[in-house]
Amino acid sequence: MQTATAPLPTPGTPWVGNKRAQRSKLFDSFFSKSTFLASWGTVALLLWIALEVGYAALPAMRQFGFGFIIGTQWDPTSDQYGALPLIYGTLVSAGLALLIATPLGVAIAIFLTEDYLPLKLRSFCKFLVELLAAIPSVIYGLWGIYVVIPITTPLGNWLNAHFGWIPLFSTHSSGPGFLPAAFVLAIMILPTIAALSSSSLKTTPMNLKEGAAALGATRWDVILQISLPIAASGIIGAAVLALGRAMGETMALAMLIGNNTQISPSIFAPANTIASLLANSFGEATGLEVAALMYLSFILMALTLGINAVAEVILDRTGASTRHL
Amino acid sequence: MRPSLRPLTKVLLASLAAVLCTATLASADTITLNASGATFPAPLYGRWFAEYNKLHPEVRINYQSVGSGQGIKSFTGGLTDFGASDAAMSDAEIAAVKDGGVTLLPMTAGSIVLSYNLPGVTASIQLPRDVYPAIFLGQITKWNDPKIVAANPGVTLPDLAITVAYRADGSGTTYNFTNHLAAISPDFKAKVGSGKTVKWPAGVGGKGNEGVAALIKQTPGTIGYVEYGYAQQIKLPMATLQNQAGKFVAPTPESGSTALSLVELPANLRAFVTDPAGDGSYPIVTFTWWLCHTQYTKPGVADAIKGLAAWCLTDGQKLAPDLGYLPLPANVVAKVQDAANQIK
Repeated sequence: MQTATAPLPTPGTPWVGNKRAQRSKLFDSFFSKSTFLASWGTVALLLWIALEVGYAALPAMRQFGFGFIIGTQWDPTSDQYGALPLIYGTLVSAGLALLIATPLGVAIAIFLTEDYLPLKLRSFCKFLVELLAAIPSVIYGLWGIYVVIPITTPLGNWLNAHFGWIPLFSTHSSGPGFLPAAFVLAIMILPTIAALSSSSLKTTPMNLKEGAAALGATRWDVILQISLPIAASGIIGAAVLALGRAMGETMALAMLIGNNTQISPSIFAPANTIASLLANSFGEATGLEVAALMYLSFILMALTLGINAVAEVILDRTGASTRHL
Repeated sequence: MRPSLRPLTKVLLASLAAVLCTATLASADTITLNASGATFPAPLYGRWFAEYNKLHPEVRINYQSVGSGQGIKSFTGGLTDFGASDAAMSDAEIAAVKDGGVTLLPMTAGSIVLSYNLPGVTASIQLPRDVYPAIFLGQITKWNDPKIVAANPGVTLPDLAITVAYRADGSGTTYNFTNHLAAISPDFKAKVGSGKTVKWPAGVGGKGNEGVAALIKQTPGTIGYVEYGYAQQIKLPMATLQNQAGKFVAPTPESGSTALSLVELPANLRAFVTDPAGDGSYPIVTFTWWLCHTQYTKPGVADAIKGLAAWCLTDGQKLAPDLGYLPLPANVVAKVQDAANQIK
């Protein structure tokens, strides 16, 4: 509602009265062009990587086709490559980690967004949780070897001795395997889940909470019936994003998963993941093995890209669903 | 602002000029050899190259321990002056080298040992020739298996599951170990075969010697293969193995050298000692090679490599036992020296 006082330039004639404005216009156009370039450059880079990986994978794609995905043998000695045990290992280790990390992460998020703690203490706790994301993955791996495995091994052997008839516990534990790997992985993805969940919990409008409280809802009711349902899709998005991160994790898994390319229903059995096989095998691979590894990278890229896309869509919807409230 | 910057600029320019001058002066009479390859002999090579550089400051060697396979790739691609490999080079790999030909030089050797974690067992356990391949095939699964018990009178073996630990990363150690197992066990040859990475029927994989060692140290009942030097350094127990002659031999520098001295090296110096003969031979030994061109076009490189090889084959060999490697027997050194002298 501005009542114009300064004379506006006649449409069509450039604004020449102010040198500074002209210069800043030039800068604006430069800036917008460079951001345009940078953003499309990122897209181009992604495509380029995908093309390069796909090109290097061609010999293996020709040789094995889609059968590669359901093949169960990974045997460089006889040049037979099948990715199923690796895809299985990747999905199961990431899935188990998610199973452990989601309840924990959501609990942390609730604890940190509802005012259970004085603000100072709360931000300190938040800082600590976020610090988990800053620990290098090789440190997690070492911690897993020296702390987690000595705990999970006797636990696994006890469960196997007493409940060995359950397929999940059907092998004895020889140290590395799904369980320690998933446990460490869960801690690694915890900050992602906690941070994203708390930001979507924060979107719960205050008036809804106050309204519920006014109607006699306890804090427990408010959390369960107001905050969580509103944040639900954000939490799911967070979990899916964390899943993508867990699937790509390399170093800690290479140290903890046991690197045995097999499919076993037992959570104590050693297994292998795509990322950890890639890290282990590239240095000495030759010929068709390189192509097969590239094919695997391609599959991993497709899987994580797909999962991240799903997460983005879900997170986007949360924004949309709470905006009108 | 400007005038205050000027002296600084002058200093910068002067120092830049100085650096350039010394660099050009230095490049007149020093030579840098680039090499990369096997990780197994890397500690020894590192020591050699540092010592050699002290004696001959004009020769500098950059060695990157990136693994035998990568070493072959870089050498074939002309990125390095020489490479290093635990598996030498195959005929196909040699054929892929376009210029200069290939001369293989065995420079040092090592033993591969079976280390284990058996609580309460202090004596070195003895493993017969039919037993340890079966362990790595996952066929013998308990430490108190009758076959192991029979070979170890007086040792109380626990009722403990055997966990096999192997190298998860592609490695020359796996290549040589599986070559040995395939040579002594037809069953192993048929079911697993040999290579830098193989499909192990049972067990868990660790990355590098240190990864396998960690697996062994951590879980009671684990057995795995590591290089002798590494096992000795971190004091892992090592099994006594039965050799081709039927004798049980402990891994020592002497028993390793004995095995090597009985090997007849062919003209291309590529010999894999898969199952050495002789009463006193430790059964799992391996050479490790330098991959050189027979002819170099870059001036000075051939002479530098020859000089380096001559020193490594004489004085250098004396450093080998300290680091857990096997000094080459005299008959081998003579042959390698001959081959090195042919490099032009």
